[in-house]
Amino acid sequence: MALSTREAYGEALRKLGAKYDFWVMDADLSKATKTDLFADAYPERFINMGIAEGNLMSTAAGLASCGQTVFASTFAIFATGRAFEQVRNSIAYTNLNVKVAATHGGVLIGPDGGSHQAIEDISNMRTLPNMTVVVPCDAASTYEAVEQAINLVGPVYLRFGRFPGDDVYKTGSCPFEIGKGNVLIDGNDVTLIAIGDMVPESIKAASILKQNGIDAAVIDMHTVKPIDAPLIIEYAAKTGAVVTAEDHNIIGGLGSAVAEVLAENCTARLGRIGVQDLFGRSGSKEELKKYYKLTAEDIAEKAMALVEYKRTRR
Amino acid sequence: MNINYLQQKAAEIRLKVIEGVSSAASGHPGGSLSISDILAVLYFDKMNITPKNPGNPDRDRFVLSKGHAAPAYYGALALSGYFDENEIKKLRTIGSFLQGHPDMIKVPGVDMSTGSLGQGLSAATGMALYAKRRNKKFHVYAIIGDGEMQEGQIWESFMTSAHYSLDNLTVFIDLNGLQIDGEVKDIMNNNPVREKLTAFGWNTIVIDGHSIPEIGAAIDAAKETFGKPTAIICNTIKGKGVSYMENKVSWHGAAPDANLAELAMEELGQQLKKLREVG
Repeated sequence: MALSTREAYGEALRKLGAKYDFWVMDADLSKATKTDLFADAYPERFINMGIAEGNLMSTAAGLASCGQTVFASTFAIFATGRAFEQVRNSIAYTNLNVKVAATHGGVLIGPDGGSHQAIEDISNMRTLPNMTVVVPCDAASTYEAVEQAINLVGPVYLRFGRFPGDDVYKTGSCPFEIGKGNVLIDGNDVTLIAIGDMVPESIKAASILKQNGIDAAVIDMHTVKPIDAPLIIEYAAKTGAVVTAEDHNIIGGLGSAVAEVLAENCTARLGRIGVQDLFGRSGSKEELKKYYKLTAEDIAEKAMALVEYKRTRR
Repeated sequence: MNINYLQQKAAEIRLKVIEGVSSAASGHPGGSLSISDILAVLYFDKMNITPKNPGNPDRDRFVLSKGHAAPAYYGALALSGYFDENEIKKLRTIGSFLQGHPDMIKVPGVDMSTGSLGQGLSAATGMALYAKRRNKKFHVYAIIGDGEMQEGQIWESFMTSAHYSLDNLTVFIDLNGLQIDGEVKDIMNNNPVREKLTAFGWNTIVIDGHSIPEIGAAIDAAKETFGKPTAIICNTIKGKGVSYMENKVSWHGAAPDANLAELAMEELGQQLKKLREVG
């Protein structure tokens, strides 16, 4: 059974805690964010701030100002919504070494419902100067993302999910460099660019497309900021059609980031799979995938429409 | 503790406040003048600082949580030797590193960027937590405003520092009674401050925030307090030292014009001259 990215995050903290001197802070959600795994192993480097997310972020900044690396964890909605201005002024404006590591990003976190499903977190974090935004898609890439965040000086937003998905990479052999997208499948007809849970969905979409005679490339764009513009430009030129897929509002997230690159550099047609400017609702992960049209079939359908568009324009 | 010397330093800081805000034609003189005596005692007597090496990891930390009082802060830093005093004439201008509110990246000696109220005290708490957990001997000081106490985050950090027994944290509360829209008690009353802090598990000391000996004694008492953080509740006068500004809410965030600035400089200059004569 694959690990969820939040579980992989907790495991990564626990393992990397032996190798690096960093701190972890949480706001009474350590059992859900899985920072409890670190807390149990390194209690002297763990600080529970209670249910006070704004205070969590500014206190983390003060700790980081003493030359420390700090992971500040809570749910994505609280980290980037309630505490947005603390992240902005205490962490990003100061360029301090705080990793805002949030779990429960997106609508696919399931039964908690719309109040807890962050659909705007990537957008919020992406607009902050100094902030790097990383969304790993499975356990192996989560481990790499956490280790690279430790080695990157400055603020990083890390977004993790709630439920397990299919593993994309093998543990220990995951190519991962912040700022460089990973081409998982090469192709010539259309490019699927995805993050998080939508990466395995895009891989499935590529096989659906293959059955329909369409040769799709799949890119894991784990770093949404700084986005890998050269790779987007290369694949837009090569395939002429791009579909983005994310468990996030289509406004402001991966789709917008890719659209910005395409609009300034390319003539490729873009389609965006994501939450269509709606709030979330309770349900199981699979039910919500269907409800919000985040399935492999939805991605494949969008890709086929773009390929058809290209054909009629030829 | 040389009281006359510190009173002179407070007067010099106040002169820098007027110089800064009048040059900039904007800024916050009232709440700068109310904390000048506290800054004089911290920067010229009590704090362990190394202006030639601002990043010294063992230095005492200071966070101006009420960041709009930057003119007084810059005055204290410049007079301590962190940067050239002449920079203060460039306050709030495009070519200067002296931003409208303190910026730790740009200004030597600033330990935390502040300006958005309520956040600085949390940052100070983070510094104190670090020192406590790692057995570092430095002390952390912060100044918050009484209006600033209306921010919920202030109470979150009051809880945190008491919870973690941060006796290496000392917070000055600048109780000048005024905020932008009027008197604190009318806008959103936060009294009784001392009782609330006591209930939150803090050691509290109430002083005249313009009395150099009282400020010094309170800091000494704070450093002798173990197991809990100390709040030094300072009864202050907004605009202190410039007669026409004292207790006038209109001088919260307005700069004096050239004539009024001259009047203020003259009054403060007289105060300084008298102190130098007796000192």
